[in-house]
This record gives sequence, C-alpha cells and structure tokens, in this order.
Amino acid sequence: MNITLKIWRQKNKEDKGKFVTYKLNNVSTEMTFLEMLDYLNEKLIKEDQDPVAFDSDCREGICGSCGLYINGRPNGPQKSVTTCQLSMSVFKDGDTITVEPWRSKAFPVIKDLVVDRTAFDKLIEAGGYISVNTGAAPEANSIPVKKHNADRAFEAGVCIGCGTCVAACKNASAMLFVSAKISQLALLPQGRVEAKERVRILVEKMDELGFGNCSNTGSCEAECPKDIKLVNIARLNREYYKAY
Amino acid sequence: MNKVIASSVSKKFVMALAGLFLLTFLPVHLGINLMLLKADPEPFNSAAHFMATFPLIKVVEIILILAFLVHIFTGIVVQIQNWLARPLRYRSGNKSETSFFSRFMIWTGGAIFIFLIIHFTNFYFIKLGFIEGDAEDFYSVAYQLFAIPGYNIFYWICFIVLGFHLYHAFTSAFQTLGLNHRIWTPIVNFIAVFYAILIPAGFVSIPLIIWLFK
Ligand code: FES
Repeated sequence: MNITLKIWRQKNKEDKGKFVTYKLNNVSTEMTFLEMLDYLNEKLIKEDQDPVAFDSDCREGICGSCGLYINGRPNGPQKSVTTCQLSMSVFKDGDTITVEPWRSKAFPVIKDLVVDRTAFDKLIEAGGYISVNTGAAPEANSIPVKKHNADRAFEAGVCIGCGTCVAACKNASAMLFVSAKISQLALLPQGRVEAKERVRILVEKMDELGFGNCSNTGSCEAECPKDIKLVNIARLNREYYKAY
Repeated sequence: MNKVIASSVSKKFVMALAGLFLLTFLPVHLGINLMLLKADPEPFNSAAHFMATFPLIKVVEIILILAFLVHIFTGIVVQIQNWLARPLRYRSGNKSETSFFSRFMIWTGGAIFIFLIIHFTNFYFIKLGFIEGDAEDFYSVAYQLFAIPGYNIFYWICFIVLGFHLYHAFTSAFQTLGLNHRIWTPIVNFIAVFYAILIPAGFVSIPLIIWLFK
C-alpha cells in the first residue's frame, strides 16, 4: 500500500520543529510500524537526507522505549500494544499518518520523535525499589503472600515505563506510572516495610519533575499498552493518606 | 510540611472533600426551592428566613462558603499546573478515550462560578445586607426573575452545565479519596448518574412548571 506520513522533525531541544510530509510506496501490511519507519529511513539515507530519529530497543513490547504519538493517540489506533507492536495492517492504502513525539514538560524532545524520559528513571531512583542486601536469592516461600495480593502486584508490575500514560493524559500526569510502582511494592510484604517513605518520596519527586495533577480522566488506563488499571491510582492516594 | 500541603495528591484531596461537602448542600437547596411551587409564599419565605437566622445553619453557611473558596482555589491551581505540564500541545489532537466530562471541568466550573455571582447578587448578598432589597420576600424575587425569558434560558443552561460538572465530580471525588472498591465503585458511579441528572432537573423543573401552569 501507499501511505503519506506527516512526521514531526526537530533538530534538537532548542529547535522549534515542524511537520514534514513523506510519501511512502509499497508498504507491506506485514510490517510493524517501526519497520515501516526503518523502511522510510533507508529511503531517506539513500536520498542523502537525515533519517528520522526514533527510539526502540526490544521491539517486542517489553523495554518501553519506543512510544510514539500516532494519529492523535499514543501508540496508534490499536489497543494494548506498544508502538513497536503496532501492525501496519491497521492502516489502509492512501492513509495519512501523523507521527509526533510524546509531549510534556517532563519529557523534552531531544530530536525528531525521541524524547528524554530520564524523569521516569529519576522516579525509580528516588523510591521505586525495596532495600535488600545483595547476595543469594532468599527462599521464595519463606514469606507467605496472599494469592490475591500477588496477582494485583503482578498486574501493576508489568508496567514497562514507556510513558504512554503521561503522553495520553491531558494533564501530562504520571500518576498511573507512579501508582503502578507504588502498588507493585505496597501489595507485597517485602515492600510494606518502606511503604510510607516510598509514597511520600515518589509523590514529591513526581511533582518536582513537572508532571501534571491527575484529574481522573481515565485516558491513561485506556491507552496503557500493559492495561494498568486506575484502581492503582486510588491505591496510591490511600497509601499517601496513610503515610501522614 | 509545605510540600505535603501543596502536593498534587493533597490538593486533589482537599478539592474532593470540599466538593463532596458542596454536593450535600445541593439537595437541601433544592428541597427549599421546591416550595416555590406552592401558591402560598409563606412556606418558602419562612424556610428562607430559617436558613438565614438559625445559628447552627450560620455555622454550616460559613463552612459552605469556605468550601466553595477552597474548591475553586485548588481547582484553578491544579488546572494551571496541568496546562504548564504540557507547554506544547499535540498538533494531531487528542483522540484517546477519556471520561468525556472530565475534559471540561475548569470551564463548567467557571460557568457555575458566573452563575453563583449572579445568584448571590440576586439573593445572598441581599440577605447579608450588601445589596439593598427585600430579604423577607425571596419568593417574589424568584418569581420576578423567572418571568424574564432571558434569565430562564441562562438558568437552564447553567444547570445543564452543572450536571456535567457534577457527574465527573461525584465519581472522581471517591477515586481521589482512594475509595475504590470492587462492588461499591460501580454503585457509586450509578448513583452519580442519577445525582447529576436529578439535581439539575429538579432545579430546572421549577421555572418550567411555573411557566407552564401558572
Ligand atoms: S521497542 Fe521495546 S517496547 Fe517497543
């Protein structure tokens, strides 16, 4: 199929940036979205043009580095997928596809479609962990965990930190991400020990990094490629009140 | 400590608590307004008089005004921070699924605020003695206002907008307070729909009934 791409091109952080239109022929419906961009870049390189910068690593939906804002939605029109898992089969011949980087104060654009997501790393560094001594792994069954809690913790633990929640939220809030980290640890006995400090530190850090305030719009949940639920945000709120 | 009070979660907590308190006040106000439907002005006027003079109500009134101010203040701060969190808008729009009414809370809130100012100059400020008028006969004042077609239209629009605001407010407040439950949350959401429709419908029905039958 033949498609038209409107891609955000921006030389660096300071550059104002603009959309550039590219016509791309013979795109296979079997390509993934990123393979389509690779294909475009090959063409651009052959024509001696600057290829479009975008992030990716695992290309199988586990590293969380690839997110793009496609046709007005993070990760495009397919539900519960990362950008690298998005298939070109959802588009039709003759379609125009608009591609933008994540936009938020906390994730500045570095180049074209690549944003700096260090803010998430800073959150994890600040409190997204439990303090344990390194060494041999302890016996898994020595601390009993309720099945229900283990399941909820796991559901939150699948967050890959891709930033889709921030990108989707009209307030650029990171609450879904932070609440996933809080939940994953707060639900397990190993995480309870530092639960109070953790939620205090993470909320403070999140505000400091310039993310917006959650207004319960639910777009984060609707767009999350890992289906992280809003109940985690309610849990974060509860944990926060309990911490004071 | 300042950071705690100003934190995103705390602001939302305060806003939700103040908002929930405001939610409890609306049915009371509606109950009194329904007395306007009686041909005799006496019950409405004496209810208004009671509300204006009973000491305990005075205390509640002060809390209510504070709740309004706190709710509006936190709402505006939260909104401004949210705008600043995305200095550059998406050029291709935002087509993500979202709870529809949540998108316009600042605007529906603003409209309600404008209504309140007009409402206060018509009634509340007269009662407080800021503006001259007959505080003992609000029944007639209400009837005079409802006789103006333009006021009616404005009144209806404001209450429809209030319904939009209330629906998101009701469900959102519980989520913000961390009150999320497998069984109770769907029930709360269900009640929210009723509340957001019935309360505005109740207010709007009064001028409508007056206009149709009187
Ligand atoms: S490239 Fe790793 S999640 Fe997409």
